[in-house]
Amino acid sequence: MNFAFTEDQLLIQDAARGWLGEFAGPAHARKVMATKEGYDPALWQQAVALGWTGLIVPETQGGLGLGFVELAILMEEMGRALYPSPFEATVALAANALTALGAERYLEAIAAGDITATLAAGNAIGEVTATPVDGGYRLDGLLRHVPDGARADLVLVAATLDGRTALFAIEGEVAGLTRTGLATMDQTRRPAELRFEGVALPAAALIAADAGRALALALDRAAVALAAHAVGAAEKCLEMTVDYTKGRVQFGRPVASFQAVKHQCADMALAVETSRSAAYWAACVADDCGHNGDGTALALAASGAKSWAGRAYFDCAATAIQLHGGVGFTWEYDVHLYFKNARALEAVLGDGAHHRERVAHLIGLDDLAEAAQ
Amino acid sequence: MKLSFSAEDEAFRAEISGWMADHLTGPFARLKNRGGPGDEHAFFEERRAWERHMGKAGWIGVGWPTSAGGRGAPLSHQVIFYEEYARAGGPGRVGHIGEGLAGPTIVAFGSEDQKRRFLPGILSGDDLWCQGYSEPNAGSDLANVRTRARLVGDRWVIDGQKVWTSLAHVSDWCFVIARTEDGSSGHRGLSYLLVPMNQKGITVRPIQQMTGTSEFNEVFFDGAETAAENIVGKPGEGWKVAMGTLAFERGASTLGQQMAFRNQLDEIIAIAKANGRAKDPVMRQRLAEAWIGLQIMRANALRMLSQAGNPELPREAYVSKLYWATWHRDLGKLAMDVLGPEADVFPGEPGTYELTALQQLFLFTRSDTIYAGTNEIQRNIIAERALGMPREARA
Repeated sequence: MNFAFTEDQLLIQDAARGWLGEFAGPAHARKVMATKEGYDPALWQQAVALGWTGLIVPETQGGLGLGFVELAILMEEMGRALYPSPFEATVALAANALTALGAERYLEAIAAGDITATLAAGNAIGEVTATPVDGGYRLDGLLRHVPDGARADLVLVAATLDGRTALFAIEGEVAGLTRTGLATMDQTRRPAELRFEGVALPAAALIAADAGRALALALDRAAVALAAHAVGAAEKCLEMTVDYTKGRVQFGRPVASFQAVKHQCADMALAVETSRSAAYWAACVADDCGHNGDGTALALAASGAKSWAGRAYFDCAATAIQLHGGVGFTWEYDVHLYFKNARALEAVLGDGAHHRERVAHLIGLDDLAEAAQ
Repeated sequence: MKLSFSAEDEAFRAEISGWMADHLTGPFARLKNRGGPGDEHAFFEERRAWERHMGKAGWIGVGWPTSAGGRGAPLSHQVIFYEEYARAGGPGRVGHIGEGLAGPTIVAFGSEDQKRRFLPGILSGDDLWCQGYSEPNAGSDLANVRTRARLVGDRWVIDGQKVWTSLAHVSDWCFVIARTEDGSSGHRGLSYLLVPMNQKGITVRPIQQMTGTSEFNEVFFDGAETAAENIVGKPGEGWKVAMGTLAFERGASTLGQQMAFRNQLDEIIAIAKANGRAKDPVMRQRLAEAWIGLQIMRANALRMLSQAGNPELPREAYVSKLYWATWHRDLGKLAMDVLGPEADVFPGEPGTYELTALQQLFLFTRSDTIYAGTNEIQRNIIAERALGMPREARA
């Protein structure tokens, strides 16, 4: 037990913070968010060169073979910078799901940066069914809110097959699949609607016929990663607010000297630090339970971290706008970018109420028979 | 970064949990889960015997260095010790102020003579300590201490008043911050004195709290005396030493406190299941939130403790008091809301006032956000020291 980063982990954090701070901060986000693509492929290849796409890919498949604490470190820094990129969909979702399944395919290409990818499973809204047809499968259904759903090279889609959850891989454009990017308030994320109308897939497109358990594990690990993103972004909101209020003079003194302002910043610091403890705790549990351990401990930690950090991020972003006063309401200042991102992130992979209800069930609130004894 | 424990850690866990199972029996069995915050008056003499029993077995000062007579246990063992102690229902410790505050302060700032003189009594469970900091006019503004001490021959002579002094009525010793330089004010001119409680010059008067019970006292010093050598640090260095003592409040024992919180939360959850409130969607959200909040409290404490070698106080340490105090206060209200109308009722005749444990929790946790730095002071400290915002104007 040592709940502090190792030397290697500190190096990863330093390198990420340095690179993101120099190349991929909010100014970069503003540039790419006005484009259809929503990210800069050339800059993304630099991130690939840093090894980030191979972070959690096994070394045998060309990756770094690291774990979910390291993923949390990168996600936290990306949240702080608000870097719009394929990382979350490609690594935190797709590579994560493929490793949970012990899949052989695609991980090497992801690690090498040859393809971007996404996962359309329980994280998307809607349903897809698969029907076996002459040596292959036919997919029908509609999914909304698939991260990077329109731009990812590879779509891993979960579909109901014979009453179970199967996972299919779809490369590029196929007949019957319409991928439509959604215009969104938070322009740093690129969700899409995926319409499957008689999409014919070869048998080889099936990655796993019974992927339910592995996908549940992967989605919990992804929730931990998003919690870490929230931590970094919330802390950035706090830093912007402290800096701004120290410089803003009213009544002949910095507004940061007013207790009404200081106490709100203290509450932001409390929200940030408790969220960080939550995210790191959940990341350690994700590492401890491996690819097929007991999912309950991870479910509790992931739901705890996601619900806690998600709300903390929104609260911090909202307080940041309030304490920036009028300029916090402008397009020019960056606070609104985080505020919109916080709102969007809270709903991704289940909102706070959903996760708390899940915890309520898992800690035994429905075991009423036991209580009656 | 790793939260799991090693096989060697688990062996230590088996040792302490086995010892608790073997020893919290017979005359000590009824002490289980008693004597915690809000219940400190319960079974006092029996708990004093238990403290000595623990001392004999070497379970006092687990985290103290071996050179001071402790076990020198690594962090993971300290965490396990406090968690297993609380898991077994270990009673509220009567020696915790000596073990957690006075002892570590003497180890860090005391002379060799003071270590020889005072540490063994703490480690054996024989000497109980109390903390003489707050005064009627020195609460949040702790530096406004008025209690005076004058060196007369080979004795310090002390006059003044302390307040909110836990365990003063049963303690053998008190560490007192007193003003030793005439005309000084604020942090300057204070000294840190070790004062025997059993003497004519000291009067202890219990404060009856809103719970109806008395955990705290007023202590009056009227020509009270202590030997000239019973000063920790030099005259005038009292503030520095006192701040050092406060830092020890953030030790591994907070993990034990959290395990006690866990027992309280478990009781509330069991009641919610039994009375059907566990089916209410809003109550489910609140219970889950409390559960999550407690896990985060543990994670936050482990993060803080894992940084113990860092000379700079980490941010998670700055927020920990504000966080646990507010969480615990909310738990008290949650307990009442789960009980509904029955929350107000306790067994007994109208006119009596013997509260249940959860009623005590509800009322006593109102003090959590006040003592050891109010929530408002905590927010000032976070803003000023952790975030570097401008300091409050001081008179």
